[in-house]
Amino acid sequence: MSDQSILNVKGTGVFVAGDDIDTDRIIPARFMKCITFDGLGEFLFYDVRKNVDGSMKEHNLNDSRFAGANILVSGNNFGCGSSREHAPQSIQKAGFDAVIAGSFAEIFFGNSTNLGVVCVVVDDAGRKHIVEQLELNPAEPLSIDLEALKVTIGPVSVQCSIKEGARDSLTNGRYDTLSELLDGAATINSVVSNLEYMKS
Amino acid sequence: MGFFVLIFAIRNFAVLIKVLFEILGIMGKTLFEKVWDAHSVKTLANGQTQLLIGTHLIHEVTSPQAFGMLREKGLPVKYPHRTFATVDHIVPTNESAEPYSDGLAQGMIEELRKNCEDNDVTFFDTNTGAQGIVHIVGPEQGITQPGTTIACGDSHTSTHGAFGAIAFGIGTSQVRDVLATQTIALNSLKVRRINVNGVLAPGVYSKDVILHIIRILGTNGGTGFAYEYGGNIFDGFTMEERMTVCNMSIEGGARVGYVNPDQTTFDYLKGRNYCPEGEAFDEAVIRWKAFASDDDCQYDDIVEINASDIPPTVTWGINPSQGIGIDEMIPTIESGETQSERASIQEALEHMSLDGGSPIKGKKIDVAFLGSCTNGRLSDLQEVAQYIKGKKVAEGVKAIVVPGSQVVGKIAAAQGLDVIYKEAGFEWRGAGCSMCLAMNPDKLVGNQLCASSSNRNFKGRQGSITGRTMLMSPIMVAAAAVTGEVADAREVFGFES
Ligand code: SF4
Repeated sequence: MSDQSILNVKGTGVFVAGDDIDTDRIIPARFMKCITFDGLGEFLFYDVRKNVDGSMKEHNLNDSRFAGANILVSGNNFGCGSSREHAPQSIQKAGFDAVIAGSFAEIFFGNSTNLGVVCVVVDDAGRKHIVEQLELNPAEPLSIDLEALKVTIGPVSVQCSIKEGARDSLTNGRYDTLSELLDGAATINSVVSNLEYMKS
Repeated sequence: MGFFVLIFAIRNFAVLIKVLFEILGIMGKTLFEKVWDAHSVKTLANGQTQLLIGTHLIHEVTSPQAFGMLREKGLPVKYPHRTFATVDHIVPTNESAEPYSDGLAQGMIEELRKNCEDNDVTFFDTNTGAQGIVHIVGPEQGITQPGTTIACGDSHTSTHGAFGAIAFGIGTSQVRDVLATQTIALNSLKVRRINVNGVLAPGVYSKDVILHIIRILGTNGGTGFAYEYGGNIFDGFTMEERMTVCNMSIEGGARVGYVNPDQTTFDYLKGRNYCPEGEAFDEAVIRWKAFASDDDCQYDDIVEINASDIPPTVTWGINPSQGIGIDEMIPTIESGETQSERASIQEALEHMSLDGGSPIKGKKIDVAFLGSCTNGRLSDLQEVAQYIKGKKVAEGVKAIVVPGSQVVGKIAAAQGLDVIYKEAGFEWRGAGCSMCLAMNPDKLVGNQLCASSSNRNFKGRQGSITGRTMLMSPIMVAAAAVTGEVADAREVFGFES
């Protein structure tokens, strides 16, 4: 596929506190009545950002100091819940290129990687350093280096990790798997012919 | 030091032996490994496996974008006869005439109709009598079969593992991949065997079993694993009980959950629409049996659970692992072992407006929801009906029963269950996801507290940002409905102990 290789992500960050940030929190189900993913960015973290009456809550995501951030920083088990790609799509459409978390729910991680949204794991201590730095200076350049497996913000540089397969796909620009899957057509047919139930 | 080297050597040796035995074909395999091997196409450049997806289920929420991507690329659906569609999330359960009052919902059902028509995909539309929640329709029609791979753009696809299939939820880009190639790129999983042995106390159901498992292993304990459920409890479970457990594997972080196929499985499948008939069925049974895990297979992890330790379980928080027995106290913030645990208890208590240290029993509820792909099956409706017959829903409580499929609704009505529910004060609805999530008119309002037989209690899940959900078994939902508060169904309905 003609995907761009992603060797690193550079920009600025914003911290969304909490463990177990689920997909309904990333984008509430009521905004998923759509037949394209266009415009989903608007609804990212909708209920986290807004009060019931529609007014804005006090939250990093509404804080002008973090406006334009392209890297989300959060807690453990980020993206748990549903398999709906609406979640990573809304993250991407809202202008985020990467998520740094303590761990990721599996389906969310796969969906994100497929879209070229980089999800790297940084341990609690490392994330604490990043968040401190972010709060000190929100405009501080934040970067994720997928080759050196390092996250850097100002004077702070911490280790990060990512599943090797995902790293390989991202850095080689083949995270969208479709073309490679299409190549396997002949082999697919032979596997199919061995499976009785595929005939019905 | 020398000790560790020795341990290391022994572990490596064990791995070596396993590999050797496998090569020689001596050591047994798990169902997961067998199904995986039978469906592997090749290893991709990034190390993932290209896996054939034998059965593809789709619904209106996650498929339109995938069909759109296909159109953009000018690709056809490769095996249209292996994709089956239904509509569930957005279907209103209180109106059947189209156009629906919600224009967006109408647009989505029409889009699915058109995509199925254009691509020759079977669609269990609302006028077929077979529409319903995708995870209820697949098994009911006999499409879900042992030894197969099943994918659907929906995380509760793990439900189908109850039949000994490897079934998982996928994202929309993967729905596109399946439509275009009948395959997806996937990492293999480790297998954790979860044995539940012993005797379940009266009033303890399969829903309690899975809530208990998630309580113990956590919401991400299953990451990287397929859960194989076994032990005498699962051997004795009906298919519908097995489905309830497999359904919520994903709430425990396991993308796949399954039970080995056995006579219960085959009996359930016999005579269903999409199953082979006559001799062909008997041959299929032989093939299906062969997929069950071998006695001498190796699991990556084994968890033992004593059935008698499982209480009727209710969630008090905002993720499905935050559950306690009906007689227990709601955890206090201080009881959290780590800072992040304390923070999450605090967040949950605040959202739920509950006091740590107080009993869960007796909390007033506003809504009772009986339905969803976890517990909207015929046996759920039958079981509860026996007990609520002659009882009345408490004043001020809105109680709804939503059959998981049109087939379930029809059989239940033929057995007179609709009348029992209506007489008790429940609303009897059409088939769909309903109040499990907020994509149709059934929603919580304000900070209503809902006793729910569904599977997720995330903030906002049931449609109101401040709405509160407590997950529990259908019988506990019924007990809450008739008493107006979280109650012990065993006391309310006089179970023998
Ligand atoms: S009933 Fe709930 S969990 Fe099941 S498919 Fe529908 S929305 Fe998803």
